[in-house]
Amino acid sequence: MSTPVSRQSLGDWLTSEQPVSRSQARLGQIWRTWKLFSGNRLGMVGLGIVVLLVLVAIFANVMAPYDPLLGGDLRTERLLPPSWEHLMGTDDLARDIFSRVVHGARLTLLVVALVAIIATPIGLLVGTVSGYFGGWVDTVLMRITDIFLAFPRLILALAFVAALGPGIENAIIAIAITSWPPYARLARAETLTIRNAEHIDAIRLQGASSPRIIWGHVVPLCLSSVIIRVTLDMAGIILTAAGLGFLGLGAQPPQPEWGAMIAGGRRFIIDYWWVATMPGIAIFAVSLGFNLLGDGLRDVLDPKAGK
Amino acid sequence: MSAIPALTEGRQRALPALFGKASRLLATIAVTIFGLLVVTFLIGRVVPVDPVLAVVGDRASQSTYDKAFVELGLDRPLYVQFGLYVEKAVTGDFGESLLTKKPIIDDIARAFPATLELATVAILIGTLLGIPVGVWAAVRQGKLVDQVVRIIGLLGYSAPIFWLGLLGLLVFYAKWGIVAGPGRIDISYEYAFTPTTGLFLLDTAMQGQWAAFRNVVSHIALPAALLGYFSMAYIARMTRSFMLNELAQEYVVTARVKGVAEWRIIWVHALRNAAVPLVTVITLSYASLLEGSVLTETVFAWPGLGQYLTNSLQNADMNAVLGGTLLIGIIFVGLNLLSDFLYTVLDPRVRRRS
Repeated sequence: MSTPVSRQSLGDWLTSEQPVSRSQARLGQIWRTWKLFSGNRLGMVGLGIVVLLVLVAIFANVMAPYDPLLGGDLRTERLLPPSWEHLMGTDDLARDIFSRVVHGARLTLLVVALVAIIATPIGLLVGTVSGYFGGWVDTVLMRITDIFLAFPRLILALAFVAALGPGIENAIIAIAITSWPPYARLARAETLTIRNAEHIDAIRLQGASSPRIIWGHVVPLCLSSVIIRVTLDMAGIILTAAGLGFLGLGAQPPQPEWGAMIAGGRRFIIDYWWVATMPGIAIFAVSLGFNLLGDGLRDVLDPKAGK
Repeated sequence: MSAIPALTEGRQRALPALFGKASRLLATIAVTIFGLLVVTFLIGRVVPVDPVLAVVGDRASQSTYDKAFVELGLDRPLYVQFGLYVEKAVTGDFGESLLTKKPIIDDIARAFPATLELATVAILIGTLLGIPVGVWAAVRQGKLVDQVVRIIGLLGYSAPIFWLGLLGLLVFYAKWGIVAGPGRIDISYEYAFTPTTGLFLLDTAMQGQWAAFRNVVSHIALPAALLGYFSMAYIARMTRSFMLNELAQEYVVTARVKGVAEWRIIWVHALRNAAVPLVTVITLSYASLLEGSVLTETVFAWPGLGQYLTNSLQNADMNAVLGGTLLIGIIFVGLNLLSDFLYTVLDPRVRRRS
């Protein structure tokens, strides 16, 4: 007997009470989360800004009307005010600021992505191992975490960049080194509640090794709250990176990094306000986007923490 | 803090409990500061700047170089070097600054009052505005006021402080001229009084130099307002959530049933209970102002710790950077522990449990 082709819509299939496969259940879960999230207006604005940032970063070459590094004619095109020709004006080297801001999106996205990729696994690993084993492992790891937390973030990043030398790669490493401790704290707290759950006992009785239990069964359960935390942190990461750039310790000229661009425009802010103002608006918009997105995600995925 | 087992067990009265708590805190301080020393020492070791060249200059002969190399203890094993480093740090000796040619501890002692003054004014602004605003938002939860407060907070979290500082200087100083520009005080007033405490507001007021006082006020207004705004955003958000928590408690219902005036319920009954965790929030916010004004100080040419640190950085003066970092870390740890301690003292529930 051939099964009749069910005439159900995609929505029905996703919200089915009896998923027939694991992937259907997973997709359904994602769909339900999305439904909840899309009702959150500010969260959607945030998502929009972040998507826009990604698109701008991808299509920077197409979008930017001028070269971000090569300036125009130094005699006639320096420090021009915003106009249709140059949407955000030009800087002291006759470069189009709009083109530089557009290309700067790439650097910002690079920083955020790399910091998240480096810091999240470190935090997860330290936190879950610490929480799972407890005892002296926990004491030692948490003490190290506390020491890193004892330094104010920007100061520690400054000291690391001073040691490693200025540059965007070192700024990324420094920010990552200063970012993981809160994630470790969070992952540890989550692990403590999971550690004694029955399903973990069941896996242990089946003879699974500790690394296997941690990696396969503890980490996935900690992941969602850590990801929310990382998203909420991204605005802070952007602001720290911009701060390092502003102090001349992040991306080096002529790279179009937003913080460094503000530092470049600082000297003539009184007569040519747009040079420092425009990149600042970009930083502000992007970090606002990440804040809104993070708040929205927290409201949806972690109802007990919000409000 | 939970990792160190309680030193005193069994039935306790308040005093021994506090003593036990204090000794545990001391142990935590010791371990954390030791950790800070390890981190700064290791950072100092990986610097690409040759510490010997920094001392003798790059035209020194080989024999001078070798002598300095031995004098700095660089020929010894790493753990001996670390021991020397700790020994010096404990006595407050962080070496000499390459830039000012003075002991770093003196430089920092001179820069610190500037940072302290700025942070103190900022935290006063943040607290005095943040608490009422937060209470107001909690009382009118979900209403327009609440939304406005939330948005003001979000803007504060998202804006780069150095950018807002520049725009502030542009508008309030350059265009409208209602505040003074960068720096702590105009040169013409600098010698009008003797800096005894290093806090210019206090010094000028105590010596009755009101013209100088006004000048100091107009210098500090903008950076303090800016930092105050950031701490207000944080304090208001936390006040709101603590108040929401308190207003949902049963004692509030009881008070209402008894006919207590609504303002009294909010400002006396609920706020007093919300005040306990708020003390922690304010202390932590103060700590982050003391250290976090690096960017603000740079923008406003404010001669405090943050500016000292960035200046040293730009001149590859590693001793100064690490000494400053270490001291800021210690201040941070100290205020963190203070907030823990205040919490224990203020909240009878926590006090009894420990």
